[in-house]
Amino acid sequence: MKKYRINPETGLEFGVFTLGDHLYNPHIGERISAQQRIKELIEVAKLAEQAGLDFIGVGESHQEFFATQAHSIILSAIAQATEKIKLGSTSTIISTSDPVRVYEDFATIDLISNGRAEIIAGRASRVGLFELLGYDLRDYEELFEEKFELLLEINENEMVNWSGEHRAPLRNAKILPRPQDGSLPIWRAVGGTPASAIKAGLQGVPMSQAMLGGAVSSFKQPIDVYRQALQQAGHNPAEFPVATTTFFYAAETSQEALREYYPHINEGMKLTNGQGFPKQLFAQATDSRSVINVGSPQQIIEKILYQYEQFNHQRYMAQLDFGGVPIDKMKKNIEIIGNEILPAVKKYTAKK
Amino acid sequence: MLDLADLEMVFSDGRNYLEYDGDTKYIAETMMTADAIIIGTPIFQASIPAALKNVFDLLPEGAFRDKVVSLVVTAGSSKHFLIAEQQLKPILSFMKAQIVQQYVFVEAKDFHRGMIINDDVLFRMDRLVEDTVMLAEAYEAIQKEKEKVYGL
Repeated sequence: MKKYRINPETGLEFGVFTLGDHLYNPHIGERISAQQRIKELIEVAKLAEQAGLDFIGVGESHQEFFATQAHSIILSAIAQATEKIKLGSTSTIISTSDPVRVYEDFATIDLISNGRAEIIAGRASRVGLFELLGYDLRDYEELFEEKFELLLEINENEMVNWSGEHRAPLRNAKILPRPQDGSLPIWRAVGGTPASAIKAGLQGVPMSQAMLGGAVSSFKQPIDVYRQALQQAGHNPAEFPVATTTFFYAAETSQEALREYYPHINEGMKLTNGQGFPKQLFAQATDSRSVINVGSPQQIIEKILYQYEQFNHQRYMAQLDFGGVPIDKMKKNIEIIGNEILPAVKKYTAKK
Repeated sequence: MLDLADLEMVFSDGRNYLEYDGDTKYIAETMMTADAIIIGTPIFQASIPAALKNVFDLLPEGAFRDKVVSLVVTAGSSKHFLIAEQQLKPILSFMKAQIVQQYVFVEAKDFHRGMIINDDVLFRMDRLVEDTVMLAEAYEAIQKEKEKVYGL
């Protein structure tokens, strides 16, 4: 775990993350400017740090209704604006970037932040960026696998000799600067299917699992097979952290939380994904066995602890800004996390 | 109405439907925004035509959630009656459609020079339209009741 800067003694890490969506607030039908949205992301990072959270994530997206095309630059601004909180990409689309440039950027952010930068590499759920950035969609799988492997190799070795199909070869290439402690935590983003989880395990990399909606038990499966795959490939599962992500929204009562948050999720999903979020599935969030962490603070504490009991994961990341959630509600949520949820979660998960 | 004969559609490659363009995107978006859909299809080689299957393949899983779908099927002979039952309905169920169970099956002998000449087919068509509207309205009413329970 040390290699990934995780200390299990201190309990479950708690973070917040954004995909960088730039959407209308459905309650008032208005959208803030991209500039304001980006500045608010930096503001949220500062608030998260003040509230004692462990991690802040910003994701890369190139489609309409997003403002974080240059996510590493926003992370760099967050690095400068904060002092303690870890920061990382949620996620970086390595398939359509040059791993050398990505590593240069994140190693630099790591130096600016005094060793707090991480990369979570993903494959993109939408594919418009392939055309935008000049890649063939038919290479979708292989672009990710090859470039992710190169990224891992650069992380292990300052001097790289490499050749592949989708990038010019590297001969005795020195990749600089190096991160503060020699290497960066690099995670593989997984969408909740066993097939992806097995790949992460066989590769021997930490896994970050996105959970949109459904039963905790369904998402336990990929985590279990991930650890089995690690073992099968000769790795020690105890050395590899698992992170999970869910929608998050806390309010006084669970009904208030559901009512306030649902339009954000539903309208946001319609615009970014072309399909709303089924009410029926969302309404099940009141059950502790559902992964959607929406409800009263006490309910959310119970949910997170239940998930911890099932997953035995090392980091939880809350998505509390999706679909045009205004900054005052984000502030309120971070306050609730800091004052009520985080102390309870740490109390029960830290090694005594 | 979408007439696939008049539209140019590319093969599905699994991308999100919003990321197609031209007629392909138009077809997908029209399907996604509909409350009720009546599918009219011939039977080719004892199966549904590839063009129709491609429309389904363009759409996301669960694309027909909260939508009512009914069917009108034409075929050269009555031997093809169960194709819709055994091949089309399972796809629609998988995509979460509320299916109007009874469909209208029209044989070649029911047509003459582009017109339906079998009055029974016309009666069955009228009943299909009525059933489609009735199920769509009933389903909407049920949804409203359920949403009261959810409080959303």
